[in-house]
Amino acid sequence: MANKRIDEPTGTETMGHEWDGIEELNTPLPGWWLWTFYACIIFAIAYCVVYPSWPGMKEGSHGVFGWTSRGQLAQEMAAAKADRQVTLDAIAATSLEDLPANKDLMAKAVEGGKAAFKVNCVPCHGSGAAGSKGYPNLNDNDWLWGGSLTDIHTTLLHGIRQPGDAATRMSAMPAFGRDGMLQPAAVADVVSYVRSLSGLEPASAASQRGNAVFAANCVACHGPDAKGGRMFGAPNLADKIWLYGSTREDVTETVTNAHAGVMPAWGGRLDPVTIKMLAVYVHSLGGGEKFAQPAPAGAAPAPAGAASGATNGQP
Amino acid sequence: MVTVLSRASIWLVLLLASVVAVVVAKDTGFAIQMGTVGLACLVGLWFSISKPNYSLLAKGQSEPAPSESKYYDDVIRWGVIAMVFWGFAGFLVGVLIAFQLAFPDLNLEPWFNFGRMRPLHTSAVIFAFGGNVLIGTSFYVVQRTCRARLAFPGLARFVFWGYQLFIVLAATGYLLGISQGKEYAEPEWYVDLWLTVVWVAYLIVFGGTILKRSEPHIYVANWFYLSMILTVALLHLVNNAAIPVSFLGSQSISVFAGVQGAMVQWWYGHNAVGFFLTAGFLGMMYYFVPKQAQRPVYSYRLSIIHFWALIFLYIWAGPHHLHYTALPDWAQTLGMVFSVMLWMPSWGGMINGLMTLNGAWDKLRTDPILRMFVMSIAFYGMSTFEGPMMSVKSVNSLSHYTNWTIGHVHSGALGWNGMVSFGAIYYLVPRLWNRERMYSLRMINWHFWTATVGIVFYAASMWVAGITQGLMWREYGATGYLVNSFADSVAAIHPMYVLRGLGGVLYLSGAVFMVINVWKTIAGSPLRDEAPMYNVEYNPAADQPVVAANAA
Repeated sequence: MANKRIDEPTGTETMGHEWDGIEELNTPLPGWWLWTFYACIIFAIAYCVVYPSWPGMKEGSHGVFGWTSRGQLAQEMAAAKADRQVTLDAIAATSLEDLPANKDLMAKAVEGGKAAFKVNCVPCHGSGAAGSKGYPNLNDNDWLWGGSLTDIHTTLLHGIRQPGDAATRMSAMPAFGRDGMLQPAAVADVVSYVRSLSGLEPASAASQRGNAVFAANCVACHGPDAKGGRMFGAPNLADKIWLYGSTREDVTETVTNAHAGVMPAWGGRLDPVTIKMLAVYVHSLGGGEKFAQPAPAGAAPAPAGAASGATNGQP
Repeated sequence: MVTVLSRASIWLVLLLASVVAVVVAKDTGFAIQMGTVGLACLVGLWFSISKPNYSLLAKGQSEPAPSESKYYDDVIRWGVIAMVFWGFAGFLVGVLIAFQLAFPDLNLEPWFNFGRMRPLHTSAVIFAFGGNVLIGTSFYVVQRTCRARLAFPGLARFVFWGYQLFIVLAATGYLLGISQGKEYAEPEWYVDLWLTVVWVAYLIVFGGTILKRSEPHIYVANWFYLSMILTVALLHLVNNAAIPVSFLGSQSISVFAGVQGAMVQWWYGHNAVGFFLTAGFLGMMYYFVPKQAQRPVYSYRLSIIHFWALIFLYIWAGPHHLHYTALPDWAQTLGMVFSVMLWMPSWGGMINGLMTLNGAWDKLRTDPILRMFVMSIAFYGMSTFEGPMMSVKSVNSLSHYTNWTIGHVHSGALGWNGMVSFGAIYYLVPRLWNRERMYSLRMINWHFWTATVGIVFYAASMWVAGITQGLMWREYGATGYLVNSFADSVAAIHPMYVLRGLGGVLYLSGAVFMVINVWKTIAGSPLRDEAPMYNVEYNPAADQPVVAANAA
């Protein structure tokens, strides 16, 4: 073309076109660029030969390596499982009662339980198992349904208030206010009494009246000294641990409408060894209690010395 | 007079139709959206009545035909203002959602929670900011490089205002909770249909201008713009194929389901990046970089080869978004190998952009606009290496679902798309409003540095966060169990989320400089009294021969 010229700074010829003052140089393709491009294409072709890369009517091509993503996943999972299998078999073969004696196996069960806890339990109980309003803290020694290995195991296996599971932890606090069992004034009195037990408010005429209301309505589950009852998962009302909050509003809400927290029955969802390991892990968090001693039939469970040395104040 | 009447009656009919739609709407969201359409019709009706010159019409004359010897730039001027406005709005929402992730209490239910604000941010920056940049610059570039006035100026005005209506409907829809749940294609069926009409009009204006060109050849920038317009039309139509639950409601069901739906979505999603954010912006690069550097394009041959290679390869790369999913292995393989082959075609654009500065590298010292273009191309090169690398399955198994992906997207979006757009805006404003230059070159320099440091904070914090997540998720303890819960990895990256937010604040503050600078330039303020960008001090006292004291 007539307009071709040599560009001075680069010494390259232009193409001879011009658009709004823009010209183009006739620079050849950079060699390293072209050869890297070819290398990428060759890599791509080779990759397509050895890996699945072509659709078919029924299934895609397999590739020379015979690799599949599902196959790789199955292989990796099987390898990981094989690594754990010896430990899992040992845990499965050891009863809960015998497990604490085997320190090494206990440590491994705690590890496995910790992993399972992070997948299954943290949504409610929190990543540190510290719980939140409505979800119990599992690090302390305050247990609604018992804190020995077997108690925790039972709770895990059958859940709490799970319909369809005969062995589930079951109880129901009446909605004293909503159902008209107590008048609002009586509710206010019993709230004063209950809060006075842990020093949240001073004793008063209201709490005196509330004492009588409590004696008539609450002792059956919470006990005469309000320290709770594990038969019914009734919490200790004399301590400073409040699952649903300790303000007047919170306690009034509880007495008026009651709460009935639920937990899944993990027996239907997880394998027995995982549940056993979960029980061991939760037990190890700090509040685990020793196995309950056999007690005479009909009597309340005997006081259990907690592993941490603290008792739960059971009657 | 007939045209005036027919235009006004069209607006009136549309207005009545939208009022009827408000009344019979099946859900509140649809009613509000149709109300918005009604408002737009009202504005259209007002202008169609108030704008014509009635004294001319009364004499039976028509308005003088605009001269073919002048470029049609009105719509581009509006476009520049829209670019600056939507850019600032999009960056602001981005900063907000970055801090929502770091501090969840900032989620204000229900309208301003992360779930609704996130598509607001992505659509604002990609479609509102990026889309206006593409439409505005393409109208500017196609006229200049074809040496022809824009075809169908009326249709071009429709494209601009129609596109703004699309943005407003999409954005307000998200906040109302209207979404079809496809990433980067969230707008519902009626907004999709509207965009289709606008986009076809865009194609007609752009293609029409190319057809009436005075130049014998079509410049490379226009190949890229045209490929963008055509491919986006195709992607939009296929991915948004849906059946409305009701023609009077804001919900629809996609015609694709399951893994086919995922495949179509990511074919769309990846090519939204490939054609909207890459091909279109390469078109900008091919015009503005040689103009600002005042140098010829480095290699014509490279531009041809890398254009066709890019166009051919990009369209296949989508499945790399679905590695290790239910997508068949063969499709995943294709997604990966086409991404790897894309590396060099992408770098062809980078080479052509950077090497165009041969013979003009010294200008980087003094020209902050050119500096923005070069930084933009550098980020383009970095992201288009990072992308193919992340598409390799073994890398992807670490990076997928982590913040590394977010960092990758933003080094491309903030670095490449953002910087080249800012440079183009600073190039266009003085030319479109007949000013000597921008109000302040120093402020452009401040914009450059705040944006650059912001991107570094953003990308670096997201690399660290992403690799931390990837490694924590796969960490097995000695006894063969996963060590971390998901929440542990969230807690671990919290500091990175805060740093990323700070990077966003820096980038946003750069945009504040741009808003002030563009505002002052358009308003015609006297140029800012400031030291020149590059100046060696001149000392007249020292500029004379030394005369010995005792010589006299």
